[in-house]
Amino acid sequence: MVTFRVRDPFLPSASGELGRLRREMNGLFDSFLRGSSTAMGAGVFPPVNLYEEGDSFMLTAELPGLEKENINISVQGADLILSGERKPESDGPETSRHLHERQRGGFSRVLTLPVAVDAEKVTAEYRNGVLKVVLPKAEAAKPKKVTVA
Amino acid sequence: MEERIQTALEKREVESAAEPTKDGALFVPRADIMEDREGLTLLMDLPGVSREGVSIELEKGELRVYGKVMEKTFPGDAIWTEYRVGDFSRTFAVAEGIDQSKVEAGLKNGVLRLRLPKSEALKPKRIEVKTG
Repeated sequence: MVTFRVRDPFLPSASGELGRLRREMNGLFDSFLRGSSTAMGAGVFPPVNLYEEGDSFMLTAELPGLEKENINISVQGADLILSGERKPESDGPETSRHLHERQRGGFSRVLTLPVAVDAEKVTAEYRNGVLKVVLPKAEAAKPKKVTVA
Repeated sequence: MEERIQTALEKREVESAAEPTKDGALFVPRADIMEDREGLTLLMDLPGVSREGVSIELEKGELRVYGKVMEKTFPGDAIWTEYRVGDFSRTFAVAEGIDQSKVEAGLKNGVLRLRLPKSEALKPKRIEVKTG
């Protein structure tokens, strides 16, 4: 079981200088992950990407070979838990394996989003082995326009 | 060429310069190969590839699989990136003795399953010892 916690040190603002800096930081972290097989996070399954568009996030994961009934997603506040099991192929008698690269077994990932989301409005779809989860931000986390009286 | 054992679970990019770079990055799909008395079973992870996007060619002892990923970009700003999206390509050498006319393929939930039956001549024969 692989558990990995993503902590983004920067909060909401995705635009402007802070957004740019954040993207650069993520880029640095990416090359760090790619560069070393022993780095924390290099062994995560499934790998996920997170996108932010206006009032919602979208999480995508490459998770081939599952049935959608066997993918569990739970959301609370800003935390998202993605878990399930990739069942191994049952070998018949007199079967030998020549190549064995595909991951198998249980997985569980805890991801912390930059802001809380509205758990009631989260939707997910699984198609061709790719999981997409749309996570609308919680009302309290949305930016408010303040009128100067 | 021996396949490099992958300890990290990151996606491996196709390294050959001869490979066409149609739409950016091209990745080597992870695969399992099992052999039994009747033939070989090949499983390959092709997340994001639909039935229409997969091409399989078997020619001159080479099995070439290409998986085209339709949805390569997503709306919004990428704020966390653990994997890159791109097509998949991998070529396997197929030993003689596979009955090429009986190869079957199926794709389900991003996993390609190929069944390569052995030709009759190659199947192990059980030889009964007769007592005289």
